[in-house]
Order: sequence, then structure tokens, then C-alpha cells
Amino acid sequence: MANVGIVLISHSPKVAEGVKDIISEAVSNVKVIPAGGTEEGGIGTSAPQIQQAIEEADSGGGVLLLYDIGSAGMNAEMAVELADKKDCYVADDIPLVEGGYVAAVEAGMERSLDEILTSLRSSFLSGSKE
Amino acid sequence: MEMKTEQAVAWIEKANALIQSNKEYLTELDQAIGDGDHGLNMSRGFQEAEAKVSGTDYDTVADVFKDVATVLMSKIGGASGPLYGTAFLKMSMTVKDKDPVTEANLADAVEAALNGMKQRGKAEQGEKTMIDVWHPVADFLKNGQNVQADKLEETAERAMNETKDIVATKGRAAYLQERSKGHVDPGSTSSFYLFQALADVWKKGE
Repeated sequence: MANVGIVLISHSPKVAEGVKDIISEAVSNVKVIPAGGTEEGGIGTSAPQIQQAIEEADSGGGVLLLYDIGSAGMNAEMAVELADKKDCYVADDIPLVEGGYVAAVEAGMERSLDEILTSLRSSFLSGSKE
Repeated sequence: MEMKTEQAVAWIEKANALIQSNKEYLTELDQAIGDGDHGLNMSRGFQEAEAKVSGTDYDTVADVFKDVATVLMSKIGGASGPLYGTAFLKMSMTVKDKDPVTEANLADAVEAALNGMKQRGKAEQGEKTMIDVWHPVADFLKNGQNVQADKLEETAERAMNETKDIVATKGRAAYLQERSKGHVDPGSTSSFYLFQALADVWKKGE
């Protein structure tokens, strides 16, 4: 079973690249694909661009998407619909930097998509959703 | 009225014209309660959408809407991209195989767009978003027989103006809480232009 791939979605291309850099220090056996900014490289997000990142991140073990603020979550959901893949989830309300790091580390330990999602929720959402 | 591909393309052309001439105004509105990019985003998105549909030969209205959806999704960087993209995608799906598109078809299409946007944005009426314009317009089209274009425009305009007194609970403006009051919502304003453009095309077809 291949490792889960990670897509990092930010309004800023620099933020998405930067989070990938942080993760790369610790994890080398997971596909981490940044999808930051608009198609012109401006501030924003783009569903088709995120969809492309999903394709790149997928090596058979599923794909997890993390996003920063505002419309990024909507574009993430739209990209998942466009990609039309079974094992492809948006990690709702999970912080991009911390959550992305945890997700990548766990993916590197060959955890499944469900296991990673459960772990993220218990680490970052416990108490806040009650 | 009936909508054929010419009217669908004319709708997008007119919407683009309205958005281009109000680009600065949309930016001002968004600077007051958002991140200030709505004018630029809408201007870029609709410019590209118009270029696409004006330069293409279409067999169906559904195909026009589908291309508009795809362009808006990829060219508008803000929240309006997925929202307007979803709206046109749902409209395209609703009028598939309908030629020409009747008033009743169009009413169904706008309702489907509204539902799609609500789901996409997890938004309801009364949260100071574009939904506050789409909702009354969808109701108006749904309940009317021989709908008049002037009334359509009035409905959209009134709904837009009513967003001024709402405290935002969705979107970037929600961060401002009470301070969002007293400003017309930028997304409602661009949605008004869209329906103003539809009314304009409608009048010509009456």
C-alpha cells in the first residue's frame, strides 16, 4: 500500500511552498504537493490548480488536503469533486502548518487516510466541536 | 422570454460590461468589509469568461454555462470563483438538453444554482453574502408567470441594498462582526450586476 499524499493549499504560493519546506526536513517518503495562490501566482486559490496537485500527490494510498483560510476550503472541496477520486479528503478546520506536518509524519509511518484524519481531529479539534 | 445560445452569450457580455465599469466600486465595497480583491477578481474572471464564450460557437445554452463555470472557477482567485463557478455549473446541468431554455427552465436553473452555492459556501440567507440576492431572485422567478424583466432587476437591487443593514456571519466580513453593518455586501453587488444583465437581455427578448 502506497503512502497517503498531502496537498497543501494556501492563498499564498510562498506559504504553501514554505510549509512543504518545513515538512521536507522531517519526512522524505511522502508526496507533499503545494497548491498556493492563483493561476497567475497572485493571492488566492484555484480549484483546477488544486485538482492538478491531487493528481501529483496520489500514488495509490489516497490524498489528504489541508487549507488555510476563507475560500481555500471551498476550492479544496471543488477540486476533490473535479478529481473524482475515491480516497481523497479535505481536512476541515485543521491548521495548515501544524496539521500538515502531523499528517505528513503519519503518512510517512504508513498510516492510512482514515487513521491520519482521526489523529488530526483528536489533536486539533478536541473540545472545540462539542 | 426564451433563452438560446445568443442570449446566453449576450448575458455574459452584458454582465462583464457592468462588472468592468463598476470594478473600482466593487473594490471599494470589499476594502470596507473584506480583503479588497473582489473588483479585481470579478473583472479578471468575467473578462476571461466573455472572451471564451464570445469566441466560441455553441450548440446549447448548457455548453455556454459550462464554459463560463470552468473559466470563473480557474480565473477568480477569491471565494467568488468556486461560488459563481458552482452557480454556472448547476445552471448548465439544469438546462442540459433544453433548447430553447424557457422561463420555467431558467427559474429551475437559478434555484439549482442557489442550492449549489448554499452547499458550497455552507451559507444561508441573512448572513450578508451573495445568497441574499440569489435567494429572493430564485423565489421571484419560481413564483412568477410571465415574469417582467424590470421586476427581476428591482428584486435583485432591493435585495442587494438590504444587505447593508445585516451583520455578516459568513465570509471575511464576519471577522468584523458589528462593524460590517452599514456596508453593502460586495458579493451581493456583483450578483446584482449579473441579474441586471439578465434583465437587460430579457428586455430585448420581450
